[in-house]
Amino acid sequence: MALTGLDIFKLLPKTNCGECGVPTCLAFAMALAAGKTSLEACPHVSEEAKETLGAAAAPPIRLVTLGTEADDHRIEIGDEQVLFRHDKTFYHPCAVAVEVRDDLSDADLQARLDKINGLVFERVGLEYKIDLVAVTNASGDAARFAAAAKKVADSTKFALMLVSEDSGALREALEAVAARRPVLAWATEANYEEVVALAKEKGCPVVIKGDGLDATAGLADKVSKMDHKDLILDTGARETAEVLADLVHMRRLAIKKRFRPLGYPTIAFTTEEDPQAEMMQAATYVAKYASMIVIRAVERPEVLSLLTWRQNVYTDPQKPIQVQSKVYEVGEPGRDAPVYITTNFSLTYYTVEGEVAASKIPSYIIPVDTDGTSVLTAWAAGKFTGESIAETMKNLDIESKVDHREVVIPGFVAVLSGKLQEASGWKVLVGPREAAGIPAFAKEKFGK
Amino acid sequence: MAVEVIKERYSSKVGEVVLGATKAEGGTRSHTVTVGGDSTLPFLHFEGEVPNRPVIAMEVQDRIPDWNPVVKKPFEDVIGDVAAWAEKCVKEYGADLIYLKLASADPELGDASPEQCAETLKKVLEAVEVPLIVVGSGNDEKDNEVMPQVAEAGAGENLLLGVAKQDNYKTLTAACMVHKHSIIAQSPIDINIAKQLNILINEMNLPLDRIVIDPSVGALGYGIEYTYSIMERMRLGALTGDTMLSMPIICTVGHEAGRAKEANAGADEFPGWGDLAERAVMWEAMTAAGFVQAGGHIFVLRHPRSVELTRRAIDQLMKK
Repeated sequence: MALTGLDIFKLLPKTNCGECGVPTCLAFAMALAAGKTSLEACPHVSEEAKETLGAAAAPPIRLVTLGTEADDHRIEIGDEQVLFRHDKTFYHPCAVAVEVRDDLSDADLQARLDKINGLVFERVGLEYKIDLVAVTNASGDAARFAAAAKKVADSTKFALMLVSEDSGALREALEAVAARRPVLAWATEANYEEVVALAKEKGCPVVIKGDGLDATAGLADKVSKMDHKDLILDTGARETAEVLADLVHMRRLAIKKRFRPLGYPTIAFTTEEDPQAEMMQAATYVAKYASMIVIRAVERPEVLSLLTWRQNVYTDPQKPIQVQSKVYEVGEPGRDAPVYITTNFSLTYYTVEGEVAASKIPSYIIPVDTDGTSVLTAWAAGKFTGESIAETMKNLDIESKVDHREVVIPGFVAVLSGKLQEASGWKVLVGPREAAGIPAFAKEKFGK
Repeated sequence: MAVEVIKERYSSKVGEVVLGATKAEGGTRSHTVTVGGDSTLPFLHFEGEVPNRPVIAMEVQDRIPDWNPVVKKPFEDVIGDVAAWAEKCVKEYGADLIYLKLASADPELGDASPEQCAETLKKVLEAVEVPLIVVGSGNDEKDNEVMPQVAEAGAGENLLLGVAKQDNYKTLTAACMVHKHSIIAQSPIDINIAKQLNILINEMNLPLDRIVIDPSVGALGYGIEYTYSIMERMRLGALTGDTMLSMPIICTVGHEAGRAKEANAGADEFPGWGDLAERAVMWEAMTAAGFVQAGGHIFVLRHPRSVELTRRAIDQLMKK
């Protein structure tokens, strides 16, 4: 919980010396609470006050970075501020780790790595990919674990994670791949002193696993006193409803109470054997607060669906995703292909694109830059006008791509027809109001 | 370290709606299905009750639909006979409800008469014993002719009829009043219109416990997050006493997911996306998974495998 001005006042020297530039300590405390000044301005503040106030200013959930700069991509987890995405947004997408067991044969391990390395997808103009490869010590053998870790490190650009409860095995594997700064799992009540020392020595994030919420908080508290703060929390729960409850508890306590022992990113492990059922289980964790998940599925459609879900949940509700304003081709449009106009709000564009594709008539689509607003919103805001559409058509030189001079506009902005015709010299066809009407419309107007 | 968890205390809960009627109640269903009643956010058993598990309605149509072949395949032996199709959904795939879409009423798709539609309903009622959801073709004008006769033909069955929209709700509401059915109130991903429509329907004297909200779901990758957040806000509204947002929610997942490119484009077109048969199933199932977490109560699905996956996900979340 953020400190109030009065809470802060109690920690100040109360001398009213004025050296901070504010006449009284109380006024300074108020300014601090409002974030208008910083504690450094007070030359007489005690060390104790600095520590207390510094901690209060820290984010409710610590930001933890995974991997190294040399990895495929930068991963940051934690540092969330709200319980519901509609309250603001979720900031750091749940990192997805895919498991590789160290008891696989060399050939199987390589085959699995090849699949994992391929878990990169192109969709709606974005690249979706997994984030880490988690090597698990299924064999129980330290040398084998280290060899597998080495092999994985050599064969993937994704960040690494090492999973074992055996601190000796973790040490051996970490020696082999320390340069990759793997996430270490798990530090438990039994081994935390060794595992955390190891993590600290190599600067690795470490997963704390307790037996339940209370034990996890206790363990995290002890570990933070060892001066290692890059922690990730695992309450040990594995049943879906239990994991959900624990993830909710941790997020609520961190955000609403600033409860420090649980103010770290969280991790969930799936248990469903069937890859499709596993993705359904993972969907709950992605939606409800896991900062990281470990999955086993490597099947492309399954993983694509999960990564799409993650993308959707972490979309900023305040900033609509936009597509670039350019001429898009659906199918292989010829010189007689229809030309559709829409806006560059991603959802609008892809809905139109889907329906144009469903019409099975190769076409061009031109999304006009409306700052990512939908057709009606853009029109109401004056961002979607006859002039702006004509200008976009001209700038993108659609004239050179087709022989005809007919353009289709959304039915909701039929009112723009006259202006557009005037400004562009093209004949304007008023399309359906809803994109769903496009196939029938296209069949009637352009079908042969 | 003893951690004191935060349990929210809510002043209210989601309303319950009963679907179907048994013989004793004037219908012919073997049992009724109750949805809603939650007194917490989805599946947080530590702070409230989830008295009725979310249910699955399988969609059938009175004409062979223009669905992806992957989704039609499991039904190829029955797809031309809506009663047999419905029966298969219940007997083989364990559908909790049947969602009958009278697609052929559409003037473009057969223009079936109101009498024919009423006959279709009777056939389906005979073929299955679970409660029914019945919706029109989507052509407002025609549906306003068809649905009153369908409502009459199903009198006593306590059907869930749809869909009422802000600019077309009176005819259907009146039919539900007269023949004692419940209604689906659809709003275009807009919480204020959802509320407004519930008020309008309620003003015609249809009680709140006979309204189900259709928030218009987006598919995975196609705006699912908009509906997801609207549903979260609706649930919070219901729990904090906003009675006009406290109805159970129906999610027409199969219809929306079935339109997504990912559920239709072959691996030849998008080799990176993997096998279409699996992808089409996953798209429907994952869309459902998102809305299960957002607080949906009735999931309208098409493919038996996504039905199975959604049911299993709900099973896991219902474990206390």
